[in-house]
Amino acid sequence: MSEPVSALNHAAFDGLVEIEECGLQGMIILRGDLSARAVRSAATGATGAKMPGPREVQTNGAKALCWMSPDELLILCDYSFVAQAIEGMNKALNGVHALAVDMSDARTMFRLTGAAARDVMAKLTPADVSPQALQPGQIRRSRLAQVSAAFWLEDDMTFRVVCFRSVARYTFDLLCTAARPGSDVDYFNAPAAP
Amino acid sequence: MSTRIATHGRLIDRTRRLTFTFNGQDLHGHPGDTLASALLANDRMLVGRSFKYHRPRGIVASGAEEPNALVNLGTGPAFEPNQRTTTTELFDRLQATSQNHWPSLDFDIGAVNTWFSRFLPAGFYYKTFLRPRAFWKHVYEPIIRQSAGLGQVPRERDCDTYEHFNVTTDIVVIGGGIAGLLAARSAAASGARVLVLEQTAHWGGRAPVDGGAVDGQPVGSYIDTLLKQLRAMANVTLRPRCMGAGVYDHGYVLGYERRTDHAPEASGPRHRLWRIRARHVIAATGAIERPLAFAGNDVPGVMLASAMRDYLVDYGVLAGRRVVLATNNDDAYRTAIAMKQAGADVLRILDARDSGGGALMQEARALGIRIDCGRAIGKITGGKRVKKVQICAQNGTGGALEAVACDAVAMSGGWSPVVHLWSHCGGKLIWDDRAALFRPDPDRPPFGADGTGFVSTAGAAHGDLALSAIVRQAHSAGNNAAQAAGYKTKSATAPEAETTREAPLLPVWLMPANANVALRSKAWLDYQNDVKVSDVRLAAREGYESVEHTKRYTTLGMATDQGKLSNINGLATLADALGAAIPAVGTTTFRPPYTPISFGAIAGEARREIFQPLRRTPMHHWHDTHGAVWEPVGHWRRPYTYPRSGESVQDAVAREIRNTRQAVGLLDASTLGKLIVKGPDAGRFLDMLYTNMMSNLKPGRCRYGLMCSENGFLMDDGVVARIDDQTFLCHTTSGGADHIHAHMEEWLQTEWWGWQVYVANATEQYAQIAVVGPKARKLLEKLGGMDLSPDTLPFMAWADGHLGGIKARVYRISFSGELSYEIAVPASQGLALWSALIEAGREFGVMPYGTEALHVMRAEKGFIMIGDETDGTVIPQDLGLNWAISKKKDDYLGKRAQQRAHMTDPDRWKLVGLETTDGSVLPDGAYAVAEGVNANGQRNTQGRVTSTYHSPTLERGIAMGLVLHGPDRMGEVLEFPGTDDKIYHAKIVDPVFYDKEGEKQNV
Repeated sequence: MSEPVSALNHAAFDGLVEIEECGLQGMIILRGDLSARAVRSAATGATGAKMPGPREVQTNGAKALCWMSPDELLILCDYSFVAQAIEGMNKALNGVHALAVDMSDARTMFRLTGAAARDVMAKLTPADVSPQALQPGQIRRSRLAQVSAAFWLEDDMTFRVVCFRSVARYTFDLLCTAARPGSDVDYFNAPAAP
Repeated sequence: MSTRIATHGRLIDRTRRLTFTFNGQDLHGHPGDTLASALLANDRMLVGRSFKYHRPRGIVASGAEEPNALVNLGTGPAFEPNQRTTTTELFDRLQATSQNHWPSLDFDIGAVNTWFSRFLPAGFYYKTFLRPRAFWKHVYEPIIRQSAGLGQVPRERDCDTYEHFNVTTDIVVIGGGIAGLLAARSAAASGARVLVLEQTAHWGGRAPVDGGAVDGQPVGSYIDTLLKQLRAMANVTLRPRCMGAGVYDHGYVLGYERRTDHAPEASGPRHRLWRIRARHVIAATGAIERPLAFAGNDVPGVMLASAMRDYLVDYGVLAGRRVVLATNNDDAYRTAIAMKQAGADVLRILDARDSGGGALMQEARALGIRIDCGRAIGKITGGKRVKKVQICAQNGTGGALEAVACDAVAMSGGWSPVVHLWSHCGGKLIWDDRAALFRPDPDRPPFGADGTGFVSTAGAAHGDLALSAIVRQAHSAGNNAAQAAGYKTKSATAPEAETTREAPLLPVWLMPANANVALRSKAWLDYQNDVKVSDVRLAAREGYESVEHTKRYTTLGMATDQGKLSNINGLATLADALGAAIPAVGTTTFRPPYTPISFGAIAGEARREIFQPLRRTPMHHWHDTHGAVWEPVGHWRRPYTYPRSGESVQDAVAREIRNTRQAVGLLDASTLGKLIVKGPDAGRFLDMLYTNMMSNLKPGRCRYGLMCSENGFLMDDGVVARIDDQTFLCHTTSGGADHIHAHMEEWLQTEWWGWQVYVANATEQYAQIAVVGPKARKLLEKLGGMDLSPDTLPFMAWADGHLGGIKARVYRISFSGELSYEIAVPASQGLALWSALIEAGREFGVMPYGTEALHVMRAEKGFIMIGDETDGTVIPQDLGLNWAISKKKDDYLGKRAQQRAHMTDPDRWKLVGLETTDGSVLPDGAYAVAEGVNANGQRNTQGRVTSTYHSPTLERGIAMGLVLHGPDRMGEVLEFPGTDDKIYHAKIVDPVFYDKEGEKQNV
């Protein structure tokens, strides 16, 4: 028996912001009619989190429900809890048409922390990361430079970023490049006027 | 001579001295200088040579419009050509060299061109080098390129870094002059988010130089107050050194921030490209003064009147001690007055207007400056700097009345609003006859998606040149923009400025008006591309009526400055020559970027390791440390082969194949697409997508399937496994995973939206390892955990279980013809399984193999490869895959198309095996020739090679190809001419070269 290893095994970088690969993270894709009661209760039952509205993240401790599209949720939980969660959801769905798949190993999660987090992200994504458009609890599916990514704010200084596992190294290198010391933009965290 | 004086210089810090070099010579300047002002302070009048005639050239302007003073900056990895000295901020140890001369700036052999300039008119190259045709590429072009051109090409890799920054905001104001700042203030008062971009390091534009008062306050201090107010507003961002480079559809604006050009030692990216999405754009880009077209207007020492004023007021640099000024408007008098007050001798103001100017003329006269009305410059004499001005009547032909010795000449032909950013996205212009300028037509702005204008202009860019009009209009432009962005405006009174009474300008497109041909051919319109009044007139005579054609024929406005100084003068000259009105001739198209931006800024962070995303499998690092030679497959890198030390790539491939056929090999197959298709309608859905039947596949079993586009062409293939009643796992090719996933979603979302099917792309969830060869089962049994006996897991079956303690799904499928298992495990345990297999396999002689061994082995078995046997024009029937096309199904994607006459034509080339008669390897892509020639005189063809390899198993060349009536011509020998002049002979054979009965994979 060998221990599973995440793509970058907790690689970290300290620059304009702190960047860390989060290690193994349980991620389940649930596709289904998000307005259907069975689908909603399967999702909320598995996590104890509220059902998210469009572009929202609802959390309950280490578990969360992320809205990905009108028929897709990303469910976050402990890596070790995934099989149990899927089993529970399939039971709750009770034959209702839906698809729950373990994607924990297909993706990689990063955490960005620091006052310049919005600035760093804005170097890489065309999505609007201004406070007017992105608040804690809101999620975007967009891209970082040349790859797809989903990201949301945990709090005003902390982003979570999810990308495909195969491009984990590319994404980490991107984030580190964008957070290189000396490349401050001071746009979203502009120092107060004297 | 030009020199630094003790007074003036509002932008420089005289307490510090900077040293820089120009052509190796040490010179000095101050912080706040531009390279241009520092050169002038050191009396460097001659700074470069012109493009075509190699004429000596000096600094003409003081900003982004400068056509002449371009230099090479920096050395080695920081070298950059064509940098405008007027927009280059001076820093300590700056190194600049002049361009386009040989052997030296002061003595340039190419200057002989100017003596022959009458033989080098517009269109000279087109006319002269037309024939013989082949000479262009090999003789003319290399020579012309050698002698023409501006800066040199950098030879080293750029040492700097670059980045992008994405911003979504309400209003972006381009230009931080007084108009831009006022518009920003009134817009921001509404609560809108406002981003102000200023291309220079300073705010306020040229208002502090031109003077005046706003709300009773001198304009300079008014701007300071304004800036304080803006900086205190949380919804306003001010970015200096950031040029608005382009305006595009949907309010997309590019900003070009030069972060460290002025401080090369500073850390961080050199340039940052701002990708701005705004609801509304205000172009407050000011105006550019026009030169006057007179003979010798390019001699160093002749400069724009406004530039001469800028150098004095901003940098304390007196461009000349003895100055003559030529003008057709009142504004230039400001220069004469400022120069006189700074201690220069203003010898003469030549005002082309018979009645002269207004209040400013009175002021100049009161200072004792001599003003000659109705007079013009006939000619400048002097080579590397101005020596004399010959004065003539403006309405004459150039007969000199008098000559005045001087060392600098200021000229002003009026002003042109900078309408570039208004026009980039389609804003239209109107000709203002009174001021002789093109100004934005507010009724025809660039329209956004909602049908309203999304760009407006403020200040001089709007066409208002007087301070009083500028401040009023800019204030309301900000309010209007806020409204356009959906905000309610706050009522605030517009600022007021005093009005200076100015006399109307006289349009002067040639000086003197009836200049003879000798003068016309020394009167420059486009300095950078060496286009003169005579060239544009010649073009008109030769029938060029469209301004766009004239531009391309004469190259007017096509240099790196994009004709900022020359466009209006050029088209007015053309209009004059054609006898047409200026607005009827119109302008050429304004295109982004406003001034050239660096390639680095465009590329942003995408270089070196992150030039492109590289997709890595969980075993990537292992392959890398075990000597893999990589093959790009989409964005993936897959091991092509693993050469051992001293082993050639070819030998490594042969070894890997022999070992796999004789013992056991491992292939990293993680890149294969894995799409999970689930739902009550999943079977029906897959029956439509694949040509064969999938709905009757039993859970636990696998089936190979073909996928066609709706045009019938084969686009992907792979093994489908049925997981349970409602769930399938579809393997796709490595390159096809994303495309086939999108294909499935498209059909589900647009055509069969009522079908109950969900698809998930689980490609990267699994690491997949092919364990292949006669000892494959023994190896897996050693790892232990699953019963893999032929009865429990027969060919084309799959099973879940644990292997060596790792949760695994084992597919018994074969792409090599050998006993073969593909094992899928969670990606995070892929490396663990791979390492365990390598370890456990030692006693069986296990070796990893790469994609080339995979390819050869599949070819030995006659298996097709998407992309080799298919090219987008091949249908399964061409490949003899009729067995994989269901005849029972009513429909599948491509079925109808495959019934069309062309698809059922018996003359379509069909797949066969090809065996060279001498055992050699057929060239890839070679064609089999047939008798006779076609209409183009080319040999007729009857087939082509689609895959060709040396087979180490069979020890000879094997190939597959598509051949006319191929399957009916077994044993025939075809001729394949190679590009090496050899003719290869190959016999048509069955495409399965190895183990035709399939015994080996079925043990």
